[in-house]
Amino acid sequence: MTNPSCTTALVVGAGIGGITAALDIANSGFQVVMVEREPSIGGHMAQLSETFPTLDCSQCIMTPRTVEVGHHENIRLHTYSEIESVRREPSGSYRVRIRRRAAYVDWEKCTGCGVCQEKCPFKVESAFERGIGQRKIIYTLSPQAVPNKPVIDAEHCRYLQSKQDIEAGRAPAVDKQGNPATPKCGACAKLCPTGAIEWEQQDSVLEEEVGAIVMATGYDMLPMERLPEYGGGELRDVVDGLAFERLLAASGPTAGKVVRPSDGEVPKQVVFVQCSGSRDPERGVPYCSKICCLYVAKQAMLYKHRVPDGQAYVFYIDVRAGGKGYEEFVTRAQEEHGVVYLRGKVSKIFAQDGRLIVKGADTLSHRAVEISADLVVLATAIVPRASTAAVAGLFEVGVDDNGFLVSGDEEMAPVDSCVEGVFLAGAALGPKDIPETVAQASGAAAKVLSLFQQRVAAAATVTA
Amino acid sequence: MTSTERVYGYFPGCTLATTAVDYDASGRAVAAALDLELREVPDWNCCGASFPLSAENVMNFIAPARTLIAAQREGQDLATLCAVCFHVLKRSDSYLRTHPEAADRLNAFVTEGDYDGRVKVRHLLGILRDDLGWEVVRRHVAAPLQGLRAAPYYGCLLLRPEAEMELDNPEAPKVLHNLLLALGAEPVGFARQAECCGSTLLVSAPEANQRLSTAVIESARSAGAMIVVTACPLCKFNLDRAQEGLPAAERLPVAYFTQAMAAAFGLAEHAGPVSPLQAAA
Repeated sequence: MTNPSCTTALVVGAGIGGITAALDIANSGFQVVMVEREPSIGGHMAQLSETFPTLDCSQCIMTPRTVEVGHHENIRLHTYSEIESVRREPSGSYRVRIRRRAAYVDWEKCTGCGVCQEKCPFKVESAFERGIGQRKIIYTLSPQAVPNKPVIDAEHCRYLQSKQDIEAGRAPAVDKQGNPATPKCGACAKLCPTGAIEWEQQDSVLEEEVGAIVMATGYDMLPMERLPEYGGGELRDVVDGLAFERLLAASGPTAGKVVRPSDGEVPKQVVFVQCSGSRDPERGVPYCSKICCLYVAKQAMLYKHRVPDGQAYVFYIDVRAGGKGYEEFVTRAQEEHGVVYLRGKVSKIFAQDGRLIVKGADTLSHRAVEISADLVVLATAIVPRASTAAVAGLFEVGVDDNGFLVSGDEEMAPVDSCVEGVFLAGAALGPKDIPETVAQASGAAAKVLSLFQQRVAAAATVTA
Repeated sequence: MTSTERVYGYFPGCTLATTAVDYDASGRAVAAALDLELREVPDWNCCGASFPLSAENVMNFIAPARTLIAAQREGQDLATLCAVCFHVLKRSDSYLRTHPEAADRLNAFVTEGDYDGRVKVRHLLGILRDDLGWEVVRRHVAAPLQGLRAAPYYGCLLLRPEAEMELDNPEAPKVLHNLLLALGAEPVGFARQAECCGSTLLVSAPEANQRLSTAVIESARSAGAMIVVTACPLCKFNLDRAQEGLPAAERLPVAYFTQAMAAAFGLAEHAGPVSPLQAAA
């Protein structure tokens, strides 16, 4: 029996957009089901060092919100989980099947003490650290993770791999003494004080009934390999904007020290390339990624804070600093921090004698310029998450030519979708900064609350 | 001898018939070794030497179109070696294919027949990669070019514009690299591997030409190359010329990729500058 006046909301994606929507709805007294693909919430904002234009510490302004989500009595949080299927009921509510990936850790027993992560003997490159740092095989995304419970990367786990090998007959079934072979390692399980490691854990599926949905699935960066002319994916000291955030972040792999990934040296000449793949219909994406002008100014400024005798250069097509205090912020980078802005595109970046040669044009002085740099930061284009179209399809929400979600009406109903009860927010709709994402998320939450209030009122009328 | 019939129309072009006869001869020799039959297009003329940047006057396409029509009568893909000819013929074909009204007007002026867009303009490098595969090339190697650090030099016209040339990614080309690997050589990527050599600036701005060609040579040299391998007779001409002032021992030899193939296939008479190096190695 489904509930025609279901007033539970589903929020898909737990970046700052999803978190904002979830808290707005939950704080109004309604139930929220939250689904996040990653092991913990926070999205890209958890990767950022400081935010523009106020230079607030990103972690510090977000942590109260992530903690609130983690403890909220009205929020059921499903991390490491994905929407598997959606069924629309005749009543108008949705039955949503959610698949939680096996974490191989019993999160009920786990206290989040971190011993397992400390003692795990193996490391791999961390996607969260954008190729700049490593993580253990049993890991949380950050020390401030919510929930602060680890998952095991089964693909790289020594124990799980050797267990599979024994079971599949790829490894001997008995050891040298003739006893049944046991999988290797298992350090985490031996040292866990609460016995929370659960090697037999499987994916689990649960079902929730919800009456409205907020999709806030966020963005990704254009893969560096798409920019071979800039050495993307080939040259280690050519990094993207998000990787540079990790270098700047106090919580990052270098504890906020700006160093070259190749040799750990402090870079004295840093070149930022705006519109790397953006506004390039032929080889990249046709649209403006909107946030880069400001985050590049911020990063150049923060670089100068860390390396006062260093020089930062920014190649730009034009500076698009529309927003309260934004133009002033860019001016500050130029005038107070001596960041050199060069109007022109970069044609090529290559390695020469251990340095990076950046060839570009300065169209104001009509000269070809070549800068010998220690580090290059590409402000790569903002693209939708790869899974956006698939997830949107489950709710019958469309995507545009570039893969971003389509609003019901781009002008007059930007956070509505074409589907009743499904609302949209954040960078999944198109490139967006934090304030704009938060505003949209609150807008979407208000739409959900309005719908729920109508249902409550209608139910009251029927009862009366 | 049994082999899959691989027959191509072949357009040598003016340069290969005059100053770059060694490119033509080595190209024919390695094709024969690989059982690729190159049938010279009858009564061919100059490709036009540069792709007409003003498309308004359809007469600009007469020269390439006449060759395309001749090849079309033979009914085979049209194989080329010269990067400039490949560029002009491929882009002309692409233009006429996508502008039927221009093709119609052109057809009114050509007496040999109508251009119908059935010809596929190919470069031998693409034929090696796509029709034969590197494994087949590798099987023909009698004397691997072991220890030969060769700089694959693509230049600009062979690959650009990517969408029309359909050969390789101009920002990260691989086709010459992979050929050199198949020959047993050691390809050394270098910064200016797909930059312009100066092309015909030699006529209008010789000092700019010298600067560009020298930069290519220096870039290959600093990457540790012992030889430069190219698919373009104009590139070879410019790179050789830029080094004329240097003592012979300091010059970086420039070879056609077909000469590198000939050396590896044991066809010493067609190996050009590749063979002595190989003997030294």
